[in-house]
Amino acid sequence: MTVSRTTSYAGIAVVVAVLPLLLDPYWTDVFVSIGLYSVLALSLNIILGQAGLFHMGHAAFYAVGAYVTAIANTMWGVPVLWAMPFAGLGAALFAMVVARPIIHLRGDYLLIVTIGIVEIVRIALINNVFGLTGGANGIFGISRPMLFGFKIAKPVHFYYLVWAYVACSILLFRRLENSRFGRALNYIKEDDTAAEGSGVNTASYKLWAFVLGAFWAGMTGTIYAAKMTIISPESFSFWESVVLFAIVILGGGSNRGVLLGAFLLIGLPEFFREFASARMLAFGLAMVVMMIFRPQGMLPPMPRFYKLPERIRCITGKGGDAAAQAGGGA
Amino acid sequence: MSLLALRNLTKTFGGLVAVNNVTFDVAEGSIVGLIGPNGAGKTTVFNLITGNYKPDSGDIFFDGRTIKGLPTHRIVQQGIARTFQTIRLFQNMSVIENALAGCHCRMQSGMLSAMLRTPAQRAEEQRALLRATRELEFVGLADEHANLAKNLSYGNQRLLEIARALATDPRFIILDEPAGGMNDQETAALIDTIRAIRDRGITVLLIEHDMSLVMKVCEKLVVLEYGALLAEGVPAAIKDDPRVIEAYLGADTDD
Repeated sequence: MTVSRTTSYAGIAVVVAVLPLLLDPYWTDVFVSIGLYSVLALSLNIILGQAGLFHMGHAAFYAVGAYVTAIANTMWGVPVLWAMPFAGLGAALFAMVVARPIIHLRGDYLLIVTIGIVEIVRIALINNVFGLTGGANGIFGISRPMLFGFKIAKPVHFYYLVWAYVACSILLFRRLENSRFGRALNYIKEDDTAAEGSGVNTASYKLWAFVLGAFWAGMTGTIYAAKMTIISPESFSFWESVVLFAIVILGGGSNRGVLLGAFLLIGLPEFFREFASARMLAFGLAMVVMMIFRPQGMLPPMPRFYKLPERIRCITGKGGDAAAQAGGGA
Repeated sequence: MSLLALRNLTKTFGGLVAVNNVTFDVAEGSIVGLIGPNGAGKTTVFNLITGNYKPDSGDIFFDGRTIKGLPTHRIVQQGIARTFQTIRLFQNMSVIENALAGCHCRMQSGMLSAMLRTPAQRAEEQRALLRATRELEFVGLADEHANLAKNLSYGNQRLLEIARALATDPRFIILDEPAGGMNDQETAALIDTIRAIRDRGITVLLIEHDMSLVMKVCEKLVVLEYGALLAEGVPAAIKDDPRVIEAYLGADTDD
Protein backbone atom coordinates (compact mmCIF):
# COMPACT_ATOMS: atom_id res chain seq x y z
CA MET A 1 0.00 0.00 0.00
CA THR A 2 2.85 2.36 -0.72
CA VAL A 3 1.46 3.53 -4.06
CA SER A 4 1.35 7.32 -3.95
CA ARG A 5 -1.89 9.16 -4.33
CA THR A 6 -0.91 10.81 -7.59
CA THR A 7 0.22 7.51 -9.14
CA SER A 8 -2.96 5.73 -8.23
CA TYR A 9 -5.08 8.58 -9.60
CA ALA A 10 -3.08 8.59 -12.83
CA GLY A 11 -3.63 4.84 -13.11
CA ILE A 12 -7.36 5.17 -12.53
CA ALA A 13 -7.55 8.01 -15.07
CA VAL A 14 -5.88 5.93 -17.82
CA VAL A 15 -8.11 2.92 -17.15
CA VAL A 16 -11.22 5.09 -17.14
CA ALA A 17 -10.23 6.82 -20.38
CA VAL A 18 -9.67 3.65 -22.45
CA LEU A 19 -12.32 1.45 -20.85
CA PRO A 20 -15.25 2.29 -23.18
CA LEU A 21 -13.20 1.07 -26.18
CA LEU A 22 -13.37 -2.42 -24.69
CA LEU A 23 -16.96 -2.41 -23.47
CA ASP A 24 -20.32 -3.01 -25.11
CA PRO A 25 -23.09 -0.42 -24.50
CA TYR A 26 -24.56 -2.43 -21.64
CA TRP A 27 -21.33 -2.44 -19.66
CA THR A 28 -20.65 1.16 -20.58
CA ASP A 29 -23.98 1.96 -19.01
CA VAL A 30 -23.00 0.04 -15.87
CA PHE A 31 -19.92 2.20 -15.62
CA VAL A 32 -22.04 5.34 -16.07
CA SER A 33 -23.96 4.17 -12.99
CA ILE A 34 -20.74 3.54 -11.11
CA GLY A 35 -19.65 7.09 -12.01
CA LEU A 36 -22.92 8.61 -10.83
CA TYR A 37 -22.79 6.70 -7.55
CA SER A 38 -19.15 7.72 -7.19
CA VAL A 39 -19.98 11.42 -7.35
CA LEU A 40 -22.91 10.98 -5.01
CA ALA A 41 -20.76 9.06 -2.55
CA LEU A 42 -17.97 11.64 -2.91
CA SER A 43 -20.41 14.36 -1.94
CA LEU A 44 -21.73 12.24 0.93
CA ASN A 45 -18.12 11.64 1.96
CA ILE A 46 -17.78 15.32 2.84
CA ILE A 47 -20.58 14.96 5.35
CA LEU A 48 -20.05 11.38 6.53
CA GLY A 49 -16.38 10.69 5.90
CA GLN A 50 -14.82 14.09 6.54
CA ALA A 51 -17.09 15.60 9.17
CA GLY A 52 -18.23 12.28 10.68
CA LEU A 53 -21.92 13.24 10.59
CA PHE A 54 -24.10 10.14 10.26
CA HIS A 55 -26.26 11.12 7.34
CA MET A 56 -28.34 8.41 5.70
CA GLY A 57 -30.66 10.62 3.68
CA HIS A 58 -28.45 11.70 0.82
CA ALA A 59 -30.92 10.47 -1.80
CA ALA A 60 -33.21 13.31 -0.69
CA PHE A 61 -30.79 15.95 -1.99
CA TYR A 62 -30.19 13.91 -5.14
CA ALA A 63 -33.94 13.79 -5.67
CA VAL A 64 -34.37 17.54 -5.21
CA GLY A 65 -31.66 18.16 -7.85
CA ALA A 66 -33.18 15.69 -10.31
CA TYR A 67 -36.69 17.10 -9.87
CA VAL A 68 -35.54 20.72 -10.18
CA THR A 69 -33.89 19.74 -13.46
CA ALA A 70 -36.88 17.79 -14.72
CA ILE A 71 -39.35 20.54 -13.85
CA ALA A 72 -37.17 23.31 -15.29
CA ASN A 73 -36.60 21.32 -18.47
CA THR A 74 -40.07 19.95 -19.15
CA MET A 75 -42.12 22.94 -18.00
CA TRP A 76 -39.97 25.93 -18.87
CA GLY A 77 -37.72 24.42 -21.52
CA VAL A 78 -34.48 25.20 -19.71
CA PRO A 79 -31.63 23.24 -21.37
CA VAL A 80 -30.62 20.38 -19.10
CA LEU A 81 -27.05 21.39 -18.42
CA TRP A 82 -28.12 24.97 -17.75
CA ALA A 83 -30.34 23.60 -15.03
CA MET A 84 -27.37 22.04 -13.26
CA PRO A 85 -26.37 24.99 -11.03
CA PHE A 86 -30.02 25.58 -10.16
CA ALA A 87 -30.45 21.92 -9.27
CA GLY A 88 -27.41 22.26 -7.02
CA LEU A 89 -28.71 25.46 -5.45
CA GLY A 90 -32.14 23.97 -4.96
CA ALA A 91 -30.71 20.96 -3.15
CA ALA A 92 -28.34 23.17 -1.13
CA LEU A 93 -31.17 25.44 -0.05
CA PHE A 94 -33.27 22.42 0.88
CA ALA A 95 -30.34 21.02 2.89
CA MET A 96 -29.92 24.32 4.70
CA VAL A 97 -33.57 24.39 5.70
CA VAL A 98 -33.79 20.78 6.87
CA ALA A 99 -30.31 20.47 8.40
CA ARG A 100 -30.39 23.72 10.40
CA PRO A 101 -32.70 22.43 13.16
CA ILE A 102 -31.05 18.98 13.43
CA ILE A 103 -27.40 19.93 13.15
CA HIS A 104 -26.73 19.67 16.88
CA LEU A 105 -27.87 16.03 16.99
CA ARG A 106 -25.14 13.47 17.46
CA GLY A 107 -24.44 10.07 15.98
CA ASP A 108 -27.40 7.74 15.68
CA TYR A 109 -29.93 10.45 16.55
CA LEU A 110 -28.90 12.39 13.46
CA LEU A 111 -28.97 9.17 11.46
CA ILE A 112 -32.59 8.51 12.30
CA VAL A 113 -33.71 12.04 11.47
CA THR A 114 -31.93 11.95 8.10
CA ILE A 115 -33.69 8.67 7.30
CA GLY A 116 -36.90 10.55 8.05
CA ILE A 117 -35.94 13.30 5.61
CA VAL A 118 -35.40 10.95 2.69
CA GLU A 119 -38.73 9.24 3.35
CA ILE A 120 -40.56 12.56 3.63
CA VAL A 121 -39.13 13.66 0.30
CA ARG A 122 -40.06 10.40 -1.42
CA ILE A 123 -43.62 10.48 -0.08
CA ALA A 124 -44.00 14.17 -0.90
CA LEU A 125 -42.95 13.42 -4.48
CA ILE A 126 -45.45 10.56 -4.74
CA ASN A 127 -48.19 12.90 -3.49
CA ASN A 128 -47.42 15.33 -6.28
CA VAL A 129 -46.43 18.33 -4.15
CA PHE A 130 -47.54 21.67 -5.61
CA GLY A 131 -48.77 19.72 -8.62
CA LEU A 132 -45.26 19.79 -10.03
CA THR A 133 -43.74 16.38 -9.44
CA GLY A 134 -46.12 14.18 -11.35
CA GLY A 135 -46.94 11.83 -8.48
CA ALA A 136 -45.89 8.19 -8.48
CA ASN A 137 -45.32 8.19 -12.25
CA GLY A 138 -42.77 10.92 -11.98
CA ILE A 139 -41.76 13.21 -14.82
CA PHE A 140 -40.91 12.00 -18.33
CA GLY A 141 -39.71 13.57 -21.51
CA ILE A 142 -36.61 15.21 -20.11
CA SER A 143 -34.45 16.25 -23.04
CA ARG A 144 -30.89 15.13 -23.70
CA PRO A 145 -28.10 17.48 -22.73
CA MET A 146 -26.30 19.50 -25.39
CA LEU A 147 -22.65 20.29 -24.89
CA PHE A 148 -21.20 22.84 -27.37
CA GLY A 149 -23.78 21.82 -29.93
CA PHE A 150 -23.11 18.10 -29.42
CA LYS A 151 -26.04 15.97 -28.32
CA ILE A 152 -25.21 13.60 -25.49
CA ALA A 153 -27.40 10.56 -25.91
CA LYS A 154 -25.45 7.30 -26.21
CA PRO A 155 -24.09 5.48 -23.16
CA VAL A 156 -20.53 6.21 -24.25
CA HIS A 157 -21.27 9.94 -24.38
CA PHE A 158 -22.70 9.82 -20.90
CA TYR A 159 -19.72 7.73 -19.84
CA TYR A 160 -17.28 10.52 -20.65
CA LEU A 161 -19.58 13.25 -19.31
CA VAL A 162 -20.02 11.46 -15.99
CA TRP A 163 -16.39 10.51 -15.53
CA ALA A 164 -15.18 14.00 -16.45
CA TYR A 165 -17.56 15.21 -13.77
CA VAL A 166 -16.10 12.64 -11.33
CA ALA A 167 -12.58 13.86 -12.14
CA CYS A 168 -13.51 17.52 -11.59
CA SER A 169 -15.23 16.65 -8.33
CA ILE A 170 -12.23 14.73 -7.03
CA LEU A 171 -9.87 17.56 -7.95
CA LEU A 172 -12.01 20.16 -6.17
CA PHE A 173 -12.70 17.96 -3.15
CA ARG A 174 -9.01 17.14 -2.78
CA ARG A 175 -8.21 20.82 -2.66
CA LEU A 176 -10.95 21.33 -0.16
CA GLU A 177 -9.63 18.54 2.05
CA ASN A 178 -6.21 20.16 2.15
CA SER A 179 -7.54 23.46 3.37
CA ARG A 180 -8.81 25.14 6.47
CA PHE A 181 -12.31 23.93 5.62
CA GLY A 182 -11.27 20.29 5.26
CA ARG A 183 -9.27 20.33 8.46
CA ALA A 184 -12.15 21.93 10.35
CA LEU A 185 -14.42 19.05 9.31
CA ASN A 186 -11.83 16.54 10.53
CA TYR A 187 -11.50 18.35 13.85
CA ILE A 188 -15.26 18.10 14.28
CA LYS A 189 -15.16 14.39 13.47
CA GLU A 190 -12.35 13.78 15.95
CA ASP A 191 -13.65 15.84 18.86
CA ASP A 192 -16.52 18.28 18.58
CA THR A 193 -15.88 20.00 21.93
CA ALA A 194 -12.16 20.39 21.37
CA ALA A 195 -12.82 21.82 17.91
CA GLU A 196 -15.19 24.43 19.30
CA GLY A 197 -12.69 25.13 22.10
CA SER A 198 -9.97 25.72 19.50
CA GLY A 199 -12.08 28.37 17.82
CA VAL A 200 -13.89 26.38 15.13
CA ASN A 201 -17.52 27.37 14.63
CA THR A 202 -18.67 23.77 14.70
CA ALA A 203 -22.38 24.38 14.08
CA SER A 204 -21.65 26.48 11.02
CA TYR A 205 -19.14 24.02 9.55
CA LYS A 206 -21.48 21.08 10.03
CA LEU A 207 -24.18 23.00 8.23
CA TRP A 208 -21.83 23.96 5.39
CA ALA A 209 -20.76 20.33 5.04
CA PHE A 210 -24.42 19.45 4.51
CA VAL A 211 -24.98 22.34 2.12
CA LEU A 212 -21.93 21.52 0.00
CA GLY A 213 -22.71 17.79 -0.07
CA ALA A 214 -26.28 18.57 -1.07
CA PHE A 215 -25.16 21.02 -3.77
CA TRP A 216 -23.07 18.31 -5.40
CA ALA A 217 -25.76 15.67 -5.04
CA GLY A 218 -28.23 18.09 -6.62
CA MET A 219 -25.97 18.66 -9.61
CA THR A 220 -25.55 14.91 -9.94
CA GLY A 221 -29.34 14.69 -10.01
CA THR A 222 -29.26 16.78 -13.20
CA ILE A 223 -27.05 14.27 -14.99
CA TYR A 224 -29.16 11.40 -13.73
CA ALA A 225 -32.34 13.06 -15.01
CA ALA A 226 -30.71 13.71 -18.36
CA LYS A 227 -29.48 10.15 -18.65
CA MET A 228 -32.78 8.50 -17.72
CA THR A 229 -35.08 11.11 -19.40
CA ILE A 230 -37.68 9.86 -16.90
CA ILE A 231 -37.53 10.14 -13.14
CA SER A 232 -39.87 8.83 -10.50
CA PRO A 233 -39.89 8.85 -6.70
CA GLU A 234 -38.83 5.19 -6.56
CA SER A 235 -35.39 6.14 -7.92
CA PHE A 236 -34.69 8.05 -4.71
CA SER A 237 -35.71 5.54 -2.10
CA PHE A 238 -34.20 4.98 1.29
CA TRP A 239 -32.31 2.04 -0.22
CA GLU A 240 -30.28 4.43 -2.43
CA SER A 241 -29.22 6.31 0.69
CA VAL A 242 -28.17 3.07 2.34
CA VAL A 243 -26.06 2.08 -0.66
CA LEU A 244 -24.33 5.47 -0.67
CA PHE A 245 -23.74 5.23 3.07
CA ALA A 246 -22.25 1.75 2.62
CA ILE A 247 -19.98 2.93 -0.22
CA VAL A 248 -18.48 5.62 2.01
CA ILE A 249 -18.13 3.38 5.07
CA LEU A 250 -16.65 0.45 3.12
CA GLY A 251 -14.38 2.78 1.18
CA GLY A 252 -13.02 4.25 4.37
CA GLY A 253 -13.57 7.96 3.81
CA SER A 254 -10.90 8.71 1.21
CA ASN A 255 -11.82 9.69 -2.36
CA ARG A 256 -10.06 6.62 -3.75
CA GLY A 257 -11.89 4.49 -1.23
CA VAL A 258 -15.17 5.92 -2.47
CA LEU A 259 -14.30 5.00 -6.07
CA LEU A 260 -13.41 1.47 -5.02
CA GLY A 261 -16.53 1.20 -2.90
CA ALA A 262 -18.73 2.39 -5.77
CA PHE A 263 -17.16 -0.16 -8.09
CA LEU A 264 -17.65 -3.00 -5.62
CA LEU A 265 -21.20 -2.13 -4.62
CA ILE A 266 -22.57 -1.03 -8.00
CA GLY A 267 -20.31 -2.77 -10.52
CA LEU A 268 -19.65 -6.12 -8.90
CA PRO A 269 -23.32 -7.21 -8.63
CA GLU A 270 -23.49 -6.95 -12.45
CA PHE A 271 -20.86 -9.65 -12.77
CA PHE A 272 -22.93 -11.99 -10.66
CA ARG A 273 -26.38 -11.43 -12.11
CA GLU A 274 -27.30 -15.10 -11.78
CA PHE A 275 -26.87 -14.84 -8.01
CA ALA A 276 -29.03 -11.73 -7.78
CA SER A 277 -31.25 -13.29 -5.15
CA ALA A 278 -28.25 -13.82 -2.88
CA ARG A 279 -27.07 -10.24 -3.31
CA MET A 280 -28.33 -9.00 0.06
CA LEU A 281 -26.77 -12.01 1.76
CA ALA A 282 -23.36 -11.32 0.26
CA PHE A 283 -23.74 -7.64 0.98
CA GLY A 284 -24.54 -8.20 4.64
CA LEU A 285 -21.77 -10.75 5.01
CA ALA A 286 -19.26 -8.35 3.47
CA MET A 287 -20.34 -5.64 5.93
CA VAL A 288 -19.94 -7.93 8.94
CA VAL A 289 -16.51 -9.15 7.79
CA MET A 290 -15.38 -5.57 7.17
CA MET A 291 -16.52 -4.34 10.57
CA ILE A 292 -14.61 -7.16 12.28
CA PHE A 293 -11.38 -7.16 10.30
CA ARG A 294 -11.04 -3.66 8.89
CA PRO A 295 -13.37 -1.24 10.67
CA GLN A 296 -11.53 1.78 9.27
CA GLY A 297 -12.63 0.84 5.74
CA MET A 298 -10.69 -0.39 2.74
CA LEU A 299 -8.78 2.79 1.93
CA PRO A 300 -8.86 5.23 4.82
CA PRO A 301 -7.53 8.73 4.05
CA MET A 302 -3.78 9.08 4.08
CA PRO A 303 -2.36 11.67 6.45
CA ARG A 304 -1.95 15.07 4.88
CA PHE A 305 1.58 16.13 4.12
CA TYR A 306 2.81 19.50 5.28
CA LYS A 307 6.03 21.09 4.18
CA LEU A 308 7.10 22.91 7.29
CA PRO A 309 8.71 26.33 7.04
CA GLU A 310 12.36 26.73 7.95
CA ARG A 311 12.83 25.72 11.56
CA ILE A 312 14.23 27.64 14.48
CA ARG A 313 15.49 25.26 17.14
CA CYS A 314 14.78 25.96 20.74
CA ILE A 315 14.54 24.09 24.00
CA THR A 316 11.30 23.53 25.88
CA GLY A 317 10.26 26.45 28.02
CA LYS A 318 13.08 28.72 26.95
CA GLY A 319 11.19 29.85 23.92
CA GLY A 320 11.80 33.59 24.04
CA ASP A 321 13.01 33.65 20.43
CA ALA A 322 10.24 31.46 19.17
CA ALA A 323 7.72 33.55 21.07
CA ALA A 324 8.89 36.74 19.45
CA GLN A 325 8.73 35.03 16.04
CA ALA A 326 5.35 33.55 16.73
CA GLY A 327 3.96 36.90 17.78
CA GLY A 328 4.59 38.15 14.26
CA GLY A 329 2.92 35.09 12.69
CA ALA A 330 -0.64 34.49 11.57
CA MET B 1 -5.81 46.55 35.26
CA SER B 2 -7.87 43.39 35.37
CA LEU B 3 -8.13 41.53 32.09
CA LEU B 4 -10.72 39.07 33.31
CA ALA B 5 -13.35 39.88 35.89
CA LEU B 6 -15.87 37.40 37.31
CA ARG B 7 -18.82 39.04 39.05
CA ASN B 8 -21.17 37.06 41.34
CA LEU B 9 -21.01 34.03 39.08
CA THR B 10 -23.46 31.25 39.94
CA LYS B 11 -24.11 27.94 38.21
CA THR B 12 -26.35 25.13 39.42
CA PHE B 13 -26.82 21.64 38.06
CA GLY B 14 -30.21 20.48 39.28
CA GLY B 15 -30.03 20.86 43.05
CA LEU B 16 -26.25 21.12 43.16
CA VAL B 17 -24.76 24.59 43.38
CA ALA B 18 -21.50 24.01 41.49
CA VAL B 19 -20.38 27.64 41.51
CA ASN B 20 -21.84 29.95 44.13
CA ASN B 21 -21.57 33.72 43.84
CA VAL B 22 -17.91 33.73 42.82
CA THR B 23 -16.17 37.05 42.25
CA PHE B 24 -12.50 37.49 41.43
CA ASP B 25 -10.18 39.36 39.07
CA VAL B 26 -7.22 38.34 36.99
CA ALA B 27 -4.76 41.15 36.36
CA GLU B 28 -3.29 41.51 32.89
CA GLY B 29 0.14 39.88 32.61
CA SER B 30 -0.16 37.81 35.76
CA ILE B 31 -0.17 34.09 36.52
CA VAL B 32 -3.11 33.20 38.72
CA GLY B 33 -3.84 29.79 40.20
CA LEU B 34 -7.32 28.49 40.95
CA ILE B 35 -7.13 25.83 43.65
CA GLY B 36 -9.48 23.92 45.89
CA PRO B 37 -10.37 20.38 46.90
CA ASN B 38 -11.83 17.97 44.33
CA GLY B 39 -15.36 18.95 43.38
CA ALA B 40 -14.90 22.55 44.51
CA GLY B 41 -16.09 23.81 41.14
CA LYS B 42 -12.79 24.84 39.58
CA THR B 43 -13.36 23.24 36.20
CA THR B 44 -16.94 24.53 36.20
CA VAL B 45 -15.55 28.07 36.57
CA PHE B 46 -13.30 27.38 33.57
CA ASN B 47 -16.21 26.05 31.56
CA LEU B 48 -18.21 29.16 32.43
CA ILE B 49 -15.43 31.45 31.26
CA THR B 50 -14.96 29.58 27.99
CA GLY B 51 -18.67 29.43 27.27
CA ASN B 52 -19.02 25.64 27.54
CA TYR B 53 -21.61 26.34 30.26
CA LYS B 54 -23.89 29.35 30.55
CA PRO B 55 -23.98 30.97 34.02
CA ASP B 56 -27.34 31.13 35.82
CA SER B 57 -26.50 34.57 37.12
CA GLY B 58 -23.58 36.91 37.40
CA ASP B 59 -21.37 38.23 34.65
CA ILE B 60 -17.96 37.69 33.09
CA PHE B 61 -16.00 40.61 31.69
CA PHE B 62 -13.02 40.22 29.41
CA ASP B 63 -11.09 43.41 28.78
CA GLY B 64 -14.05 45.43 30.05
CA ARG B 65 -16.67 43.78 27.81
CA THR B 66 -19.07 41.06 28.84
CA ILE B 67 -18.52 37.65 27.25
CA LYS B 68 -21.43 35.99 29.01
CA GLY B 69 -23.55 33.91 26.69
CA LEU B 70 -21.16 34.03 23.73
CA PRO B 71 -20.56 30.70 21.98
CA THR B 72 -17.19 29.13 22.73
CA HIS B 73 -15.61 29.81 19.33
CA ARG B 74 -16.43 33.51 19.64
CA ILE B 75 -14.81 33.63 23.06
CA VAL B 76 -11.70 32.00 21.58
CA GLN B 77 -11.76 34.66 18.87
CA GLN B 78 -11.83 37.37 21.54
CA GLY B 79 -8.54 35.99 22.84
CA ILE B 80 -9.28 33.38 25.50
CA ALA B 81 -7.68 29.98 24.86
CA ARG B 82 -7.88 26.87 27.00
CA THR B 83 -6.58 23.37 27.53
CA PHE B 84 -8.65 20.51 28.87
CA GLN B 85 -8.32 18.53 32.10
CA THR B 86 -8.82 15.26 30.27
CA ILE B 87 -6.69 15.59 27.17
CA ARG B 88 -8.82 16.42 24.16
CA LEU B 89 -6.51 16.34 21.20
CA PHE B 90 -7.50 15.30 17.69
CA GLN B 91 -5.98 11.89 18.31
CA ASN B 92 -5.89 10.55 14.77
CA MET B 93 -4.47 13.71 13.27
CA SER B 94 -0.85 14.77 13.11
CA VAL B 95 0.80 17.02 15.67
CA ILE B 96 1.09 19.91 13.22
CA GLU B 97 -2.58 19.60 12.29
CA ASN B 98 -3.49 19.79 15.96
CA ALA B 99 -1.51 23.01 16.25
CA LEU B 100 -3.10 24.30 13.03
CA ALA B 101 -6.51 23.89 14.67
CA GLY B 102 -5.60 26.85 16.85
CA CYS B 103 -4.80 29.00 13.82
CA HIS B 104 -8.24 28.32 12.39
CA CYS B 105 -9.98 31.24 14.10
CA ARG B 106 -7.38 33.69 12.77
CA MET B 107 -7.91 32.59 9.18
CA GLN B 108 -10.47 33.79 6.67
CA SER B 109 -10.51 31.63 3.56
CA GLY B 110 -13.58 29.56 2.90
CA MET B 111 -14.76 26.78 0.65
CA LEU B 112 -14.55 28.57 -2.67
CA SER B 113 -11.09 30.01 -2.23
CA ALA B 114 -9.88 26.54 -1.17
CA MET B 115 -11.39 24.91 -4.26
CA LEU B 116 -9.90 27.57 -6.53
CA ARG B 117 -6.68 27.62 -4.50
CA THR B 118 -6.39 31.39 -4.74
CA PRO B 119 -3.04 33.08 -4.01
CA ALA B 120 -4.52 34.65 -0.87
CA GLN B 121 -5.63 31.23 0.38
CA ARG B 122 -2.20 29.70 -0.23
CA ALA B 123 -0.44 32.60 1.47
CA GLU B 124 -2.74 32.27 4.44
CA GLU B 125 -2.03 28.53 4.70
CA GLN B 126 1.69 29.29 4.71
CA ARG B 127 1.29 31.89 7.45
CA ALA B 128 -0.76 29.48 9.54
CA LEU B 129 1.78 26.72 9.02
CA LEU B 130 4.54 29.06 10.15
CA ARG B 131 2.62 30.06 13.22
CA ALA B 132 1.78 26.45 14.11
CA THR B 133 5.41 25.41 13.66
CA ARG B 134 6.61 28.22 15.89
CA GLU B 135 4.21 27.17 18.62
CA LEU B 136 5.39 23.56 18.37
CA GLU B 137 8.94 24.84 18.72
CA PHE B 138 7.90 26.90 21.70
CA VAL B 139 6.71 23.83 23.61
CA GLY B 140 9.49 21.67 22.15
CA LEU B 141 7.45 19.38 19.92
CA ALA B 142 8.62 20.50 16.47
CA ASP B 143 10.43 17.21 15.86
CA GLU B 144 7.19 15.31 16.40
CA HIS B 145 5.24 17.35 13.85
CA ALA B 146 4.41 14.44 11.54
CA ASN B 147 3.49 12.02 14.33
CA LEU B 148 -0.10 11.29 15.18
CA ALA B 149 -1.20 13.00 18.39
CA LYS B 150 -2.18 9.67 19.95
CA ASN B 151 1.39 8.41 19.62
CA LEU B 152 2.81 11.15 21.84
CA SER B 153 3.66 10.54 25.48
CA TYR B 154 1.16 11.79 28.02
CA GLY B 155 3.31 14.77 28.99
CA ASN B 156 3.83 15.71 25.36
CA GLN B 157 0.10 15.50 24.71
CA ARG B 158 -0.36 18.10 27.44
CA LEU B 159 2.25 20.30 25.76
CA LEU B 160 0.54 19.89 22.41
CA GLU B 161 -2.71 21.12 23.96
CA ILE B 162 -0.83 24.19 25.14
CA ALA B 163 0.64 24.71 21.66
CA ARG B 164 -2.81 24.43 20.11
CA ALA B 165 -4.16 26.98 22.58
CA LEU B 166 -1.25 29.35 21.91
CA ALA B 167 -1.81 29.10 18.17
CA THR B 168 -5.16 30.87 18.62
CA ASP B 169 -3.11 34.00 19.36
CA PRO B 170 -4.66 34.48 22.80
CA ARG B 171 -4.32 37.30 25.31
CA PHE B 172 -5.46 34.99 28.06
CA ILE B 173 -4.83 31.27 28.46
CA ILE B 174 -6.59 28.89 30.79
CA LEU B 175 -4.69 25.72 31.73
CA ASP B 176 -6.71 22.95 33.38
CA GLU B 177 -4.27 20.77 35.37
CA PRO B 178 -1.37 21.19 32.95
CA ALA B 179 0.96 19.03 35.07
CA GLY B 180 -1.50 16.15 35.38
CA GLY B 181 0.30 12.91 34.53
CA MET B 182 3.70 14.57 34.17
CA ASN B 183 6.86 13.37 35.91
CA ASP B 184 9.06 15.69 37.99
CA GLN B 185 11.35 16.62 35.11
CA GLU B 186 8.44 17.40 32.83
CA THR B 187 6.80 19.45 35.58
CA ALA B 188 9.96 21.46 36.08
CA ALA B 189 10.10 22.17 32.36
CA LEU B 190 6.42 23.08 32.43
CA ILE B 191 7.10 25.79 35.03
CA ASP B 192 9.55 27.37 32.59
CA THR B 193 7.01 27.07 29.79
CA ILE B 194 4.28 28.75 31.83
CA ARG B 195 6.62 31.61 32.70
CA ALA B 196 7.65 31.91 29.06
CA ILE B 197 3.98 32.16 28.09
CA ARG B 198 3.54 35.02 30.54
CA ASP B 199 6.71 36.67 29.20
CA ARG B 200 5.03 36.75 25.80
CA GLY B 201 2.43 39.01 27.39
CA ILE B 202 -0.22 36.32 27.77
CA THR B 203 -2.10 36.23 31.06
CA VAL B 204 -2.32 32.74 32.61
CA LEU B 205 -5.04 31.23 34.78
CA LEU B 206 -4.44 27.65 35.87
CA ILE B 207 -5.96 24.88 37.91
CA GLU B 208 -3.38 22.59 39.44
CA HIS B 209 -3.16 20.01 42.18
CA ASP B 210 0.63 20.01 42.27
CA MET B 211 1.09 22.48 45.13
CA SER B 212 4.82 22.93 44.61
CA LEU B 213 4.14 24.05 41.03
CA VAL B 214 1.35 26.38 42.09
CA MET B 215 3.43 27.96 44.86
CA LYS B 216 6.40 28.42 42.55
CA VAL B 217 4.72 29.82 39.49
CA CYS B 218 1.59 31.71 40.59
CA GLU B 219 1.54 35.31 41.70
CA LYS B 220 -1.95 35.09 43.06
CA LEU B 221 -4.13 32.22 44.22
CA VAL B 222 -7.89 31.95 44.31
CA VAL B 223 -9.25 29.21 46.58
CA LEU B 224 -12.65 27.64 46.02
CA GLU B 225 -14.54 25.35 48.38
CA TYR B 226 -18.01 23.92 47.71
CA GLY B 227 -18.31 26.26 44.75
CA ALA B 228 -17.77 29.40 46.81
CA LEU B 229 -14.76 31.66 47.11
CA LEU B 230 -12.82 30.78 50.28
CA ALA B 231 -9.78 33.03 50.02
CA GLU B 232 -7.62 34.89 47.55
CA GLY B 233 -4.18 36.42 47.82
CA VAL B 234 -0.49 35.85 47.25
CA PRO B 235 0.72 32.22 47.62
CA ALA B 236 2.60 32.88 50.87
CA ALA B 237 -0.51 34.29 52.54
CA ILE B 238 -2.74 31.49 51.22
CA LYS B 239 -0.31 28.88 52.49
CA ASP B 240 -0.67 30.21 56.05
CA ASP B 241 -4.37 30.95 55.90
CA PRO B 242 -5.95 28.69 58.56
CA ARG B 243 -9.21 28.40 56.59
CA VAL B 244 -7.37 27.15 53.54
CA ILE B 245 -5.25 24.72 55.56
CA GLU B 246 -8.34 23.32 57.17
CA ALA B 247 -10.36 23.06 53.98
CA TYR B 248 -7.74 21.97 51.57
CA LEU B 249 -4.10 21.67 52.44
CA GLY B 250 -4.80 20.08 55.81
CA ALA B 251 -7.09 17.48 54.36
CA ASP B 252 -4.65 16.90 51.53
CA THR B 253 -1.62 16.14 53.71
CA ASP B 254 -3.52 13.47 55.64
CA ASP B 255 -3.36 10.94 52.82
